[in-house]
Amino acid sequence: MNRIKQLLLVATALVSASSALAADLRIGLQDDADVLDPHRARTFVGRIVFTSMCDKLFDINAKLEIQPQLAKEWAWSDDGKTLTIKLREDAKFHDGATIDAAAVKANIERAKTLPESLRKSEVASIDTVEAVDATTVAIHLVKPDASLLSQLADRAGMILSPKAFETGDFGQNPVCSGPYKFVERIQNDRIVLEKFADHWDAANFNYDKITFIPIPDSTVRLANLRAGDLDIVERIAPADVETVKADANLAFHPVTGTGYQALTFNLKKGDKDTFPIGHDKRIRQAFELSIDRNVINEVVGQGIFQPAYQPFPPTSFAYDKKFEGAQRDVAKAKSLLAEAGVERVKLEIAFGNNTASQQVYELIQAMSSEAGFDISLRPTEFAALQAALKESDFEAGQSGWSGRADPDGNIHQFVSCEGNLNDAHYCNEKVDALLDEARSVTDPVKRKALYDQVQEIIQDELPIVYLYYQPWPFAARANVKGFTAYPDGMIRLRGVSSEG
Amino acid sequence: MIEIVFRRCIVVLPTLLIVSMLVFGMQKLLPGDPILTMAGEDRDPATIAYLQEKYRLNDPIPVQYVAWLGQILRGDLGISLRTEQPVLGLIVQKLPVTIQLAAFAMIVAFLIGVPAGIISAIRKGTAVDYGINVVALSGLSIPNFWLGIMLILLVSVQWQLLPASGYTSPFENIGQNLRTMVMPAFVLGTGLAGVLMRHTRSAMLGVLRSDYVRTARAKGLSEKTVILRHALKNALVPIITLSTLLFGELLAGAVLTEQIFTIPGFGKLIVDAVFTRDYAVVQGVVLCTAVGFILMNLVADLLYIVVNPRLRDAA
Repeated sequence: MNRIKQLLLVATALVSASSALAADLRIGLQDDADVLDPHRARTFVGRIVFTSMCDKLFDINAKLEIQPQLAKEWAWSDDGKTLTIKLREDAKFHDGATIDAAAVKANIERAKTLPESLRKSEVASIDTVEAVDATTVAIHLVKPDASLLSQLADRAGMILSPKAFETGDFGQNPVCSGPYKFVERIQNDRIVLEKFADHWDAANFNYDKITFIPIPDSTVRLANLRAGDLDIVERIAPADVETVKADANLAFHPVTGTGYQALTFNLKKGDKDTFPIGHDKRIRQAFELSIDRNVINEVVGQGIFQPAYQPFPPTSFAYDKKFEGAQRDVAKAKSLLAEAGVERVKLEIAFGNNTASQQVYELIQAMSSEAGFDISLRPTEFAALQAALKESDFEAGQSGWSGRADPDGNIHQFVSCEGNLNDAHYCNEKVDALLDEARSVTDPVKRKALYDQVQEIIQDELPIVYLYYQPWPFAARANVKGFTAYPDGMIRLRGVSSEG
Repeated sequence: MIEIVFRRCIVVLPTLLIVSMLVFGMQKLLPGDPILTMAGEDRDPATIAYLQEKYRLNDPIPVQYVAWLGQILRGDLGISLRTEQPVLGLIVQKLPVTIQLAAFAMIVAFLIGVPAGIISAIRKGTAVDYGINVVALSGLSIPNFWLGIMLILLVSVQWQLLPASGYTSPFENIGQNLRTMVMPAFVLGTGLAGVLMRHTRSAMLGVLRSDYVRTARAKGLSEKTVILRHALKNALVPIITLSTLLFGELLAGAVLTEQIFTIPGFGKLIVDAVFTRDYAVVQGVVLCTAVGFILMNLVADLLYIVVNPRLRDAA
C-alpha cells in the first residue's frame, strides 16, 4: 500500500513539474540579438525581444493601425506640429518606479542626443518634449511629421527606466516596462525574461518565463521545434514549409511582412556606353518585363514570396493595386532593348550568399537571358555586400528591407536624393518634393495621393525593381493557442497560451 | 636552468608580436566595414561618423595597431562591438564549453577507435578487419554537418530521446548537460575514431610481431592476457602521443559541430564574430588561441629540457 502511495506522490510531483514547464515559452530566433538597449540596438531579432520586454508609447495591430500602449490618448494640434499624449497612470518600470511624463521626456531626449543612438533619424522631426503634468506629454515638432506615431510604435517609442540608463550599464541589464523583465543573457545561447507581475496588463500574459534561443540554421531550428524543444520559431525556410504543414504537431503561421526584397541598379556607375542599363530607363524596364515574380514565388518561395511591384505592402494605406503591373512580356522587353539600341546587355548582380537568394537570382538570370540580358552572379557575404552597396561597388545589388509600418519608412530614404539608403543614387527633385509633402500631411487619403504620384514616376524610371514582400513565416507547436503573426514580424504574446 | 627558461621566454616575445600583427592585419583585410554593421539598417551618416571616431577607425592602421597593443598589454581585450560584453569574459565563459565538448569527443573516439583497432589487428585479413576498415573510412569521410543533422532528425525528432541542440552548464544541471553533449561529442568523435582505429591497428600489428609477444605466447599465457597486458600497453604509447596532437584538431573541428548543435562555445563565438565583423572579439579570441599554443609549446620545450639533461647542455 505504502508503495502505491509513494508512486502516486511521485506521479503527482511529475505532473506538477510538467505543468510548471507548460508556463514557460521557448522561442527560436534566427540570430543572436545585439546590445539590449532599444535606443542603440539594430537587429531585427533584438526588436522581437524588446516587444516582450519594453512597452512603447504606441503599438500597431495586424492592419498596421496605431494602437494605444503606454499612451492612453493622443491628439495633434491643428498645425500638425504638436502631439499631445496622455499616459496610462498604472504603468510601472521593472524597478517599481511609475512611468510619468518626465520619464517619457528623458527617453525621447536620450534617443535624440545619445551619441550612439540609432534612433536619431527616427525622431529627427522632434524639436522639444515638454512634461505638461505628471501624465501629459507635449511633443513639439520642427515640421509636421505623419510618420512619427509609427516611429513611436517601435524602438524609438520604447520607454526605459531613466534611473537605469543614467546610472547603470543598460545594454547588459535593461530595465524597461514591458510584460516581461530581463533575467539573464548568455551570448549566442539564450536570453531569459520572466513575467513582470506589476505590469498593467499582466492578466493577459500567460507565461511565467520566456527564453529566446538563437539558432541560425533553419533546418536545426525546425528540428528543435519538431522535437518539442522549442514552442515557436521564426523564419521557416521556404523549403521546409511543406514539412511544417504536414506535421500535425505543428501549426504554420505565415504573414506577408511590411518589408521587401528588391534589386537596386547603380545609376552612378559608368556612362551610357559602358553601363547602359544605369543610364537608360528603357533597358531597366525591359529587365523588369523579362522576369516573372510568380515563378519566383512558386519555385523558390513555395508560395510565401508574395510578388511585390511597389515598396508598400498590401496592408499599408499607401498600397495601390493599380501598380501591380509589369507582367512578364519577353517580346516587349526585346523591343524596348531594340529601341534603346542594344541587343545583349551585360549585368552583374551582387547578392547575399544564402540558398534562397542564390535560387532567386539564378531564376532571374535564366528568365532575363531570354530577353537579352547576360547576367553574371556575385554571391557576397552579408557584411561585404553592405559595404559594396554603400561604396557603390556594384552594378545591380540585392536590397532587403525589413519594412516600417508607415509608408514613409519604406520609400523616403531609398529614392530621395540625399537618402541614407539611396544606393541607386537616384535623384529627382519632383520625387523629393512629393515625398517631403507626404511626410507633412496627416490625412492618409491625401498622403496616398502623393505616394501614387511618386509611384508613377519611379515605376517609369525604375531605380529599384521590387521582387517580393518579405514573408515572416512562423511555426509553432500545435498546442500554442492565440498566436497571431503580425506583418512587422514581431512576436506579441498577449493572449497566447500553451494547452496540454 | 633559470637562464634557459629566461632565454626561451625571450624567444617567445617576437613570436607573440608577429602573431598580434597578423591577427590585427588580416582582420583589416576582410571586406566589409564593422561600422556599417553597427550603424544598423538605416546607416545614419552622423552615427557612422560618431562610431568611426569612437573606435578610432579613422586613424591609420599602424596607429590603431599600437593603440590596440597598448590596451592588450594592460590586460584589456576590449568589449564586443556587437553586445558590449567584455571580450575576456566571453572567452572565459565559452572556452570551458568547447574543452568539455572536445574532451567528450576524445572519449568517444577512444571508446570506438581503440577497441576497433585492436580487433582489426588480431583479426587481420578477415572479413571483420575489412568491415571495421570500411566503417572507419566512413567515419572519416562523412561530413560532420550531415551526420549532425541526420542524428538530430533521427534521435531528437523521430525518437525524441535527446535535445536537438543547445547547451546546459554542468553546474546548472549535470543530467541535462550530459544529454546535450551526447550527440555533438559523437559527431565530433567519430571522425577521430577512424584515425585512432587506423593507428591502433598498425601499432598493434607492429607489436604483435615483436619478440616479447612471441615469448609471452611461448610461456603459455592466454591470448587475452597477451593482447591486453603485453601488446596493448606498448601499442598505446604512440596512440597517446597522437591523441594529444589530435586534441588541438578537435578544438578546431568543434567550430562546425558547435554551429550545428548551437553550442555556445569558442568556435561559435569566433564564427559569429567574423560574420558580424566584431573586430574586438575576433582579435581577442584568435590572440588568446595563439598565445595558448605558444605557451603549450614553451612548456613542452621546457619539459624536454627537464627530462633530458643532454638538451640542457646543448641549450
